[in-house]
Amino acid sequence: MIAAPTLVALGQAAAPASRTPLVVICLYMCLLFALGWFSSRLFRGSSKDFFVASQSIGPFMLLMSVFGTTMTAFALVGSTGKAFSLGIGTYGLMASSSGLIHTACFFLVGIRMWSFGKKYGYVTQIQFFRDRFESKALGYLMFPILVGLIIPYLLVGLMGAGKYIFGVTVGMFPETFAAGAIPEWLSGLVICAVVLFYVFFGGVRSAAWANTFQTIVFMIMGLVGFYVIADALGGPAAASEKALANAPEKLSREGLMTPAHFMSYMLVPLSVGMFPHLFQHWLTARSAKSFRLTVIAHPICIMIVWVPCILIGIWAAGLYEAKELIVPPPNGDPNPNAVLSAMVKTFMKSSPLLIGLFSAGVLAAIMSSLDSQFVCIGSMFTNDFFVPLKGQVSDKQKVWLGRGFIVLIVLITYVISIFKPQNVFNLGVWCFSGFAALFPIAFASVYWKRVTTVGVFTSVIATAVTWALFIYDALGREVGEQWFGVEEHGEYLIAGVMPVTFICLASVVALVGVSLATRPPSRDTIDKFFPANG
Amino acid sequence: MKKVVYGLIFLLAVIHQDVWWWDDNSLVFGFMPLGLFYHALFSCMAAGVWAMAVKWAWPSDIERWAESTDEQGGDQ
Repeated sequence: MIAAPTLVALGQAAAPASRTPLVVICLYMCLLFALGWFSSRLFRGSSKDFFVASQSIGPFMLLMSVFGTTMTAFALVGSTGKAFSLGIGTYGLMASSSGLIHTACFFLVGIRMWSFGKKYGYVTQIQFFRDRFESKALGYLMFPILVGLIIPYLLVGLMGAGKYIFGVTVGMFPETFAAGAIPEWLSGLVICAVVLFYVFFGGVRSAAWANTFQTIVFMIMGLVGFYVIADALGGPAAASEKALANAPEKLSREGLMTPAHFMSYMLVPLSVGMFPHLFQHWLTARSAKSFRLTVIAHPICIMIVWVPCILIGIWAAGLYEAKELIVPPPNGDPNPNAVLSAMVKTFMKSSPLLIGLFSAGVLAAIMSSLDSQFVCIGSMFTNDFFVPLKGQVSDKQKVWLGRGFIVLIVLITYVISIFKPQNVFNLGVWCFSGFAALFPIAFASVYWKRVTTVGVFTSVIATAVTWALFIYDALGREVGEQWFGVEEHGEYLIAGVMPVTFICLASVVALVGVSLATRPPSRDTIDKFFPANG
Repeated sequence: MKKVVYGLIFLLAVIHQDVWWWDDNSLVFGFMPLGLFYHALFSCMAAGVWAMAVKWAWPSDIERWAESTDEQGGDQ
């Protein structure tokens, strides 16, 4: 948290601020409560409806829920901050590559996974893997790993929201809170409560409705916010000219990243092929045709959200260098996660209403991911952990177990978010890297008949070990004393490339090598998952 | 046509690595840095190629198989 004296010294917290933005944000939260109540009326009472919306979601809602789920604090707060530090290359690192790779995952893997879910009634990813690889033990191995990887992803959302709200509310409550701003713990509490309300009653169906609404909100408000900021800077041309004059390096990639670093980032978006919450959204599709709109429009939706964020980030860099923008420093350097809120506060100050609407858009992006992740973890605890251990459970009990586990995971995530502040973007990348390295298993499960249970076990273990080793080296050891990599341009790189390269390599080598050396799966399993006409 | 579509997807993965204007910070339309403009265009091209994939490489066989009979139930 940024201390009040620091902000006062910077001249940012001294002036009392209008509370109108907060009123707008509160109204938005009330709207979500109402939507949650409405969508919960559509809940049909069965566990299949709670976990996969009875496979009734059409093309538009599937696009909005899948896209909304992939866009989080990482996309808005993180991308603006990253562009502030690394320049325009940020778009190529994550956005344009995602337009290709995410969609490839939907097209090549998602549709097949949906078909197995439809045919065999799966509601979680682990159920599919257990069947496909003929091993219940695999489910118990993957369960803690997948949950362990989602929790940092959830933290990305909560921490991003907390930091953003702190930034835009500075000066609103000078007598009550440090810097007069809403503290991160309070923002996190309210966000968790709102999301919990609508997913508790309606499950993934409510999440899909809320995602659709929130995705529309954040796309529209993102464009409006971009227009207002650009206008306040004298138009986009003047803003970019200022960036070119004061921070010219941010408009290219030279000196900020290398081609090898850039290329290795392409592996990170493979993570969507293994996200359990996306798997769950895929299963909600009414038919395979529902995927068509998502496949075509996903890259365009990414562009609509990311291009304005990147431009705002490089404009902020130019303004910062020209000493026309104050970005709160955590340790002497400007805090990248505070860039978006600093730009909003500075260039929308003439319209507190707009600040409120734009902030609602930022929160919409964040909450549209949190809800799916909460439902997914509740679903996994119920279907992949409790039910296999306990045996037969009634349908009604499954719904209540799902709800109970959702409450539990919201509480755990909230408590962790209070004590573990990290750089939002980098934490997200670590989480994505783990999922990306597990993607070869998902791919092999639908395309390679020869992949074996032992091969998958080895691949999961190889991923977990290399991931844990690298993350410890990157975050747990002092800079300069790391075993494998070095800090370059604010990122931990091994031999000049992202650690995901080596984690993926370990995963693939283990998967292929051990599969070829062990007994192939049974004929029944091959026939079940590789039908002659499919 | 299916092979052409997969070829185009591979080509997209290659042209994503645009090292040829790595250090060029000129502005397109007066406000858009060239590298960013190229990658925004890349996003549009990706959407176009995926539209072609939907048209010519759609897994109709999988779709028919999944929708052919009722749910069979797995071992979950």
